[in-house]
Amino acid sequence: MKSAVVVFPASNCDRDAAIALEQTTGKKPLMVWHGDSELPDHVDLIVLPGGFAYGDYLRCGAMAGRSHIMRDVKAKAEKGIAVLGICNGFQVLTETGLLPGALMRNANLKFVCRFVGLRVEESQSAFTRRYRKGDVVNIPVAHGEGNYFADDETLNRLEGENRIAFRYVEGENPNGSAHNIAGILSEKRNVLGMMPHPERVCDAALGGTDGRGLFQSLLETLS
Amino acid sequence: MKARIFVTLKNGVLDPQGKAIGHALLNLGFASVGEVRQGKVIDIELSESDETKARTDLENMCEKLLANTVIESYEIELTK
Repeated sequence: MKSAVVVFPASNCDRDAAIALEQTTGKKPLMVWHGDSELPDHVDLIVLPGGFAYGDYLRCGAMAGRSHIMRDVKAKAEKGIAVLGICNGFQVLTETGLLPGALMRNANLKFVCRFVGLRVEESQSAFTRRYRKGDVVNIPVAHGEGNYFADDETLNRLEGENRIAFRYVEGENPNGSAHNIAGILSEKRNVLGMMPHPERVCDAALGGTDGRGLFQSLLETLS
Repeated sequence: MKARIFVTLKNGVLDPQGKAIGHALLNLGFASVGEVRQGKVIDIELSESDETKARTDLENMCEKLLANTVIESYEIELTK
């Protein structure tokens, strides 16, 4: 499995993502700068990491979503290549239209940085097949703008098409997100955006390994 | 030509920042304050002198970057 991590100015989880990928897949991912115009041809997975790309200017993910590299990310996603957006990466995916909806300011206006319980709602995807539907995993969040918003029609579609991959466990929604949404899949199910950080819980020394399943799922599917 | 663009949250989209501002105003004693919504103002200088063309350009700018039309609406004001 060949993976690439896109690095934007002020990405700050790119190396965590790279280490998690290397530990799970045994291969170092390519680090691709946002100003490059193309990703390598034979890439199976593209990761848009967490951080504060372009200082969150205008809106979170707005500038990064229009950067050179995103044209190729979009083209590759449309061809079916797997794309994983974590935290700021999820915001970039909604800004480019690869995922529906938008991520708004947390309802309580506070930056939240803590572990949350997530329920795996969908195990039928390249990202989640190693989990079982209904599994509860503990994965940290660290964001000020993770309040998922979409109109009712879109929310009903996401529900109806089983595209909600992760939901915050009842009572643990840290940001006011609609339908307790923590992560969603694209229509073709090859793009996943999620606010929590699975790459931060892949090594027991860092407090947990609940995130490993996601990278193992990708390895299993894409190898 | 100069343009001023107002970007605001659409009706029906919750605005927690607006709410917090409203609370703060009430706390300051402005008892008449009702709902508060906040947004952005963006000023742009344009070299285009044709008003229709300028307006089309500005609409494209709003659709492509300045507003996220999933949650925001925009208004364009042109001055010479």
